[in-house]
Amino acid sequence: MGLFSFIKEKILKKNTKTKDKYVAGLDKSRKNFSSKLNLLSKRYQKVTDEYFEELEEILIEADVGVNLALDIVEATRQEIRQKGIYEPKEINEILVDKMFVSYAQQGENIVNEITFKEEGPTVLLVVGVNGVGKTTTIAKLTKRYLDQGKKVLLVAGDTFRAGATEQLSVWASRLGCDIVVGKENQDPASVAYDGMVKAKQGHYDLVICDTAGRLQNKLNLMNELSKMKRVISKEIPDAPHETFLIIDATTGQNGVLQAKAFKECTNVTGVVITKMDGTSKGGIILAIRDELGIPVRFIGLGEKMEDLEEFDLDQYLYGLCLGGEEE
Amino acid sequence: MAFESLSDRFQAIIKKVRGQSRLTEANMEEMLKEIRVALLEADVNFRVVKEFVNQVKQKALGQEVLTKVSPGQMLVKIVHDELEELLGADQSEVNLSHRPTIIMMCGLQGTGKTTTSGKLAKLFKNKLHKKVLLVAGDVYRPAAIDQLCTIGKQIDVDVLNMGDKVSPVEIAKKGKEKAIMEGYDVVIIDTAGRLQIDETLMDELVNIQNDVKPHEVLLLVDAMSGQDAVNVARAFNEKLTLTGMVMSKLDGDARGGSALSIKHLTGIPIKYAGVGEKLDDLEIFHPDRMADRILGMGDVVSLVEKVQSEIDEKQARKTTNRFMSGKFDLNDMLDTLQQFNKLGSMGGLLKLIPGMPKISEEDSEKAEKQMKKTKAIIYSMTPEERAHPEIIKNSRKVRIAKGCGMNNYEVNRVLDQYEKMKKAMKEMKSRMGNGRFPGGMGMFR
Repeated sequence: MGLFSFIKEKILKKNTKTKDKYVAGLDKSRKNFSSKLNLLSKRYQKVTDEYFEELEEILIEADVGVNLALDIVEATRQEIRQKGIYEPKEINEILVDKMFVSYAQQGENIVNEITFKEEGPTVLLVVGVNGVGKTTTIAKLTKRYLDQGKKVLLVAGDTFRAGATEQLSVWASRLGCDIVVGKENQDPASVAYDGMVKAKQGHYDLVICDTAGRLQNKLNLMNELSKMKRVISKEIPDAPHETFLIIDATTGQNGVLQAKAFKECTNVTGVVITKMDGTSKGGIILAIRDELGIPVRFIGLGEKMEDLEEFDLDQYLYGLCLGGEEE
Repeated sequence: MAFESLSDRFQAIIKKVRGQSRLTEANMEEMLKEIRVALLEADVNFRVVKEFVNQVKQKALGQEVLTKVSPGQMLVKIVHDELEELLGADQSEVNLSHRPTIIMMCGLQGTGKTTTSGKLAKLFKNKLHKKVLLVAGDVYRPAAIDQLCTIGKQIDVDVLNMGDKVSPVEIAKKGKEKAIMEGYDVVIIDTAGRLQIDETLMDELVNIQNDVKPHEVLLLVDAMSGQDAVNVARAFNEKLTLTGMVMSKLDGDARGGSALSIKHLTGIPIKYAGVGEKLDDLEIFHPDRMADRILGMGDVVSLVEKVQSEIDEKQARKTTNRFMSGKFDLNDMLDTLQQFNKLGSMGGLLKLIPGMPKISEEDSEKAEKQMKKTKAIIYSMTPEERAHPEIIKNSRKVRIAKGCGMNNYEVNRVLDQYEKMKKAMKEMKSRMGNGRFPGGMGMFR
């Protein structure tokens, strides 16, 4: 029994509410992907080169990226050659095993939840390109930690986009938490400064700092981000303790470049993948992990405030690859 | 490392197949593989890639390689031409002849609908002097209406703001009414981002379309989007009658291959491209530039095109044939020089060739001057002398030098150069033996 089959059984037994929600959220993504895998194994009586070619295409279509797709398929090919497996269905499980192992090996085990400091405020910086859902994700994270009894402060660091501060303020008042806002086009670093000062005085547990969306090839905007980070560290040593990069599930291969550039200037500690309730498979997170070792921490599964879940590799791959199977 | 541009990838392969005169299955295989990877990394849909690579292969098989171009460069040109054809050669803009012209924006969340609405409004107002009304139809995202109002203020365009308690269909209808009553030329209806599988919200768009009958329905597509972009576009196009796309965030470093896929699979033209965060940053979409961007290499292509259009192929073939038969006289040398001249400045030409050592403006000017002198000297010879350079002895040299206003030394230099060229060609002929015309700049110095 492969590693993955073991995990699958574990999950099937778990059958918690979380799993249902996860699978429901991923429904659209997974149907496509897993039904394709199933179809593939039905169409082929025995495994041929074309079979592997199609496997590769299924991965590529999930935005896993050419290089990683080739690697995973090659690893699968080798294993079945060694073990003498010719049953297409078993091969799919090995493929998923390989994806699991490849992700797991890229870095140490990561706790998804934010690790809180014992003393003083914990600072989370949220970064990403335009339109990926930074503000909405912040609202969801805020709700999550308010529900856990934390005292949360929001910092409206996007002073550039029209309506961005208003958007975060609406969330702050709906969720009932405090917010620090600056003026339109004010230097975001100075808003961050105000935020840190208030966080210390008000004894907040968690400060979540929003930033304007920026394309990673805009040097001056990336420098602006580094400056924000410096100002934060100056006020609260070791801060920001966490930096989340928000990645839109529809993102293609550019996602790797995004992760690389943001990691260089802000020390990204995790990825949050958003809009996973759509039809995109979000395979780019595997490529990001593969190239840069950055783990996924949370996953956005809808527009409601509760639609944020801890990332769970088992469930992600399960939902993606084998979720459509009748047991 | 991922994301090498195609031209980088090609550099290595081009070296391997240098000197082959035809594109064959064998010498193309590796290159086609690279093309496939490059297109996939550019987020071109894998189905389109498959079809496309096959098409390129068919087109390229057996094609004779142009005289001054390597097989790799030749293939790149074919790839480029095919890409351009797929993307559509024509630019198409929004047609504003209706009064009022109604434009509806739609797309997934975060693709840039509100910003692009503002950019279009500014373009129509400032460049085309239209009276524009923006309609705030995104009642779902908090502060989306504020965002549009702020943009309206920045560009001095009216915004219809009915708050977020009214249905978007009502807002759109009211927008149309207001435009007719108050004489607006263009109405731009912003809508909330939605998933193409969200039936309730998709039906809402259908209702707006049915009630307001917009002349243009524009789908926003993020340049960074991946393989799924085609499914999204298809679904929107099935529900609505899309008239065009706007590609947003093209100022990033994404290659934007989804543009190609969507255009190919749905036939919907891409009309505009968002190229920055400022409200001026909207351009009419140029399919040819997109082809270059997807390939990640502009210069190789322009070189191939230049070479192809400027070189008189027949002439080149004639020279090559003569040279293959072992004959090479001063007439041939003159032809070669003239063909080079047609290509424009040497420096400019060298800059186009990837991997060529950079030469300074000064050096290239010198080389050009030298070429002119050489030509003048050959012109001053009789036809017999040009065909049989060996008969040029001292007295003829004096006459030739006088005829072009130069001295014996210069004439000797040309004859020396001719001998060297002849020798070099002989060597090359024996090395390759397949009739490719020898290039190389050294022989003209």
